[in-house]
Amino acid sequence: MKAGVLALQGDFEAHAKRLRGLGAAVIYVKKLSELSAVDGLALPGGESTAMLKLLEPNFIEALIERGRAGMPILATCAGVILLARKVTNPAQRSLDLLDIDVERNAYGRQVDSFVDGTIKFTMAGKSALDSLGQGAVPSRDSIEGVFIRAPRIIRTGPEVEVLAEHAGAPVLVRSKNILAATFHPELSFGAESVHQLFINSL
Amino acid sequence: MTNNEIRLKTGLAEMLKGGVIMDVVNPEQARIAEDAGAVAVMALERVPADIRRDGGVARMASVEIIEGIMKVVSIPVMAKCRIGHFVEAQILESLGVDFIDESEVLTPADERYHVNKFDFKVPFVCGARDLGEALRRISEGAAMMRTKGEAGTGNIVEAVRHMRAMTSEIKRLSALGEEELVNAAKELGASLELVRLVAKDGRLPVPNFAAGGVATPADAALMMQLGAESVFVGSGIFKSEDPASRAKAVVKAVTHYNDPEILREVSRGLLNAMPGIEMQTIPAEQRLAQRGW
Repeated sequence: MKAGVLALQGDFEAHAKRLRGLGAAVIYVKKLSELSAVDGLALPGGESTAMLKLLEPNFIEALIERGRAGMPILATCAGVILLARKVTNPAQRSLDLLDIDVERNAYGRQVDSFVDGTIKFTMAGKSALDSLGQGAVPSRDSIEGVFIRAPRIIRTGPEVEVLAEHAGAPVLVRSKNILAATFHPELSFGAESVHQLFINSL
Repeated sequence: MTNNEIRLKTGLAEMLKGGVIMDVVNPEQARIAEDAGAVAVMALERVPADIRRDGGVARMASVEIIEGIMKVVSIPVMAKCRIGHFVEAQILESLGVDFIDESEVLTPADERYHVNKFDFKVPFVCGARDLGEALRRISEGAAMMRTKGEAGTGNIVEAVRHMRAMTSEIKRLSALGEEELVNAAKELGASLELVRLVAKDGRLPVPNFAAGGVATPADAALMMQLGAESVFVGSGIFKSEDPASRAKAVVKAVTHYNDPEILREVSRGLLNAMPGIEMQTIPAEQRLAQRGW
């Protein structure tokens, strides 16, 4: 099984490092031919506007098709913005692979970026963690989340499960094959469980 | 400063990797940069080529220019303060800029000390010509390094020199024994702790970007192939004949820096780049890279 990491721009190296640390074979994906070679794709943090410019139309088409066909996707921060149904602050186009609405830079500018040491898992989150086995998860109650100019999920569709929350808002959600975090599990200590959930779905 | 604050600062630098940061002097240029796919813009009063031409004291951009640019783009906005001018930095932080460049492009305010960057919540980027200089800036709290290059020249030779110097010094450290590292720290003028870390990891502890003299997509890709993790483009975009298409081309060149076919295609059909300046024609006292230590 090969885990792809979209490497157009952003913290793709941090994702690759985390995935490799958990034993996954990682391929960087920039072009259509590379997308066809992977069994799942991580969309890293970065600038969603820049990534949108760098995504070729045929790549977007193929990604939407594979995402709808069930390819596992892990999206963090900017990646979540790319996958959303609707994006605000300001409005921009998105792939509509995940039935959520997202507000960009919802917590403010860089000086408002923060670390929440205890993002709370919901019941659905705890049961998702149960599938990982005992050793893989340091805590079943909470994980650390690094939020950098983070977006906020302002609506979740009926098929979207909320796995974890910060200040009452969903920050880790799942819908079938798609797992999405508005924070950066790839930069958070002890948050391996998020990438492990993705690896297990490959 | 807490460990979390350092992680948030270098974390934003991580998000900018593989991207292009463009100098802009007004909201219109900022929009063009964002539309082209820039990951951030640097708000300035004058681009380095104009600072070089006009002479005089170059300072932090006006509050109005920075606010005007922050208003129109959703990507991070950076701004420059003079070396050692911690009050300009305080003003920039209170404006809410996302990154401060303590920059040799502006006229230094302090010939002895740089800003203590640990005093700030906003992350800083600083320029360096070699590893020792980079580690001294990191000791002061810089969350990102960049080559100094020679800004405003459209000549990549100095940025290449600085990147190569950094890379070869890092390689050299990796081969040294513990007792040799103590001596290397002394020679580099850097803390032993940081020197040990670089020797162990084979890289700087913060992201390392390129800046100074980038004028073409090929220049940008060259810096990436030499080990830069992102590229700053100063005068190169808006002093060229075709800012919008050149900006797009440079963005694509940085993402696909290892793919000659894509680099060939993005280089096709561009109008003239900014005029360049031969290094020999710049007197030593006018070289911006000499500022700072």
